[in-house]
Amino acid sequence: MATETHQTASACLTPEGGAVGMPQLCPEWMGNQIFWLVVTLAVIFFILSRIALPRIAAILADRQGTITGDLARAEDLKAKAAEAEEAYNKALADARAEAQNIIAATKAEIKAELDEASAKADAEIAARAAEGEKKIAEIRASATESVKEVAEATALELVAVMGIDADAKTVGSAVEAGLKG
Amino acid sequence: MATEAAHGAEHGEGGLVFHPMDQFIVKPLFGDGPVGTFTVTNVTLWMALTVLCVIGLLVLSSSGRATVPGRMQSIAELAYGFIRKMVEDVAGKDALPYFPYIMTLFMFIVVSNFLGLLPLAFTTTSHIAVTAVMAVAVFVAVTVIGFVKHGAGFLGLFWISAAPLPLRPILALIEVISYFVRPVSHSIRLAGNMMAGHAVIKVFAAFTPLITISVGVGILVTPLSIVAISAIYALEVLVAFIQAYVFTILTCVYLKDALHPHH
Repeated sequence: MATETHQTASACLTPEGGAVGMPQLCPEWMGNQIFWLVVTLAVIFFILSRIALPRIAAILADRQGTITGDLARAEDLKAKAAEAEEAYNKALADARAEAQNIIAATKAEIKAELDEASAKADAEIAARAAEGEKKIAEIRASATESVKEVAEATALELVAVMGIDADAKTVGSAVEAGLKG
Repeated sequence: MATEAAHGAEHGEGGLVFHPMDQFIVKPLFGDGPVGTFTVTNVTLWMALTVLCVIGLLVLSSSGRATVPGRMQSIAELAYGFIRKMVEDVAGKDALPYFPYIMTLFMFIVVSNFLGLLPLAFTTTSHIAVTAVMAVAVFVAVTVIGFVKHGAGFLGLFWISAAPLPLRPILALIEVISYFVRPVSHSIRLAGNMMAGHAVIKVFAAFTPLITISVGVGILVTPLSIVAISAIYALEVLVAFIQAYVFTILTCVYLKDALHPHH
């Protein structure tokens, strides 16, 4: 800075162009500084108040809005998720209850069917048993008859072989007595 | 700043030359004419650079209007939020209409302070004429706002009703004096801080070529000067921000007094 030579005579400069005392206190230069300061401040104020500050305020407001919006949406989605979960749980409980109902109904139905079937089976079994018994009785009776017939015939033959003349009636009653005895 | 050494070598053969104040000289940018009110000077240059930096920091950086900000936009948003919160916290919500004015002051001072730290730079805020204009503007604006908003009630600022009655006139006198001293302290604090640091750096810079004159003393003094320059430069970086902050927060405090004069 000080390497330049200053031809202008100034009360604030030495002949070599150095400062005399404090340049801050040189009255010659104050007007210039004040003028340019006022211009500078006016320009900065204009730029700030017209462009920079509204723009930054808008950016910050936008961001705040975005954040608030996002939070609200998140809250909304959370509520929706909770709702969905509730619905799911309700559906699950409903399904479970229905299943329970169906199981109970089916059980009852099956039981009724089973009861019916078993009753029917019992009846059939009873009928079959009765029939069987009857048949057995029949068979037994017929068997006894056959035995008697066979015994009479055999006895008659035996008696005839032994040479005893015996009539069938006597032999028959004797066989009968024997079978009973 | 580093020109000091060259300057010393040029003028004082064999001796150290101290010109710590030459960096504050106002001179025409073109030619060697006298410095008139409208002359384009180094003041004009550095103030124009300040304007360009402010545009870069606050306008260009935010031109993307990104919802998720980049680095530069973050700086703009931080500066905006920092000063806005300061105005709101210190001076109250009803001071927010004055926020653009305070932001203007802050951006001008903080950018000028940092630009002044560049080597060979001219520090506009180291000039009392510059800081005084701002301080007086704040003082006048605040006083006018006080009277417009509260009329004669603004004088309640000086009449401390919390104090015992006999003490009040004395306190009122002290308050009035301190009120009128405000622009003085407000402006000298900033200019003084900026000037002092820069001048001290220059003084140390003038010591650095000592090794070329006397190796014996210079071997000790030259490294020490360089370390001192670095240390004071670091301090000045801090001061550059703190003084801008102090100037702005004091403006807010004065504004608060004008808006709420009753203690």
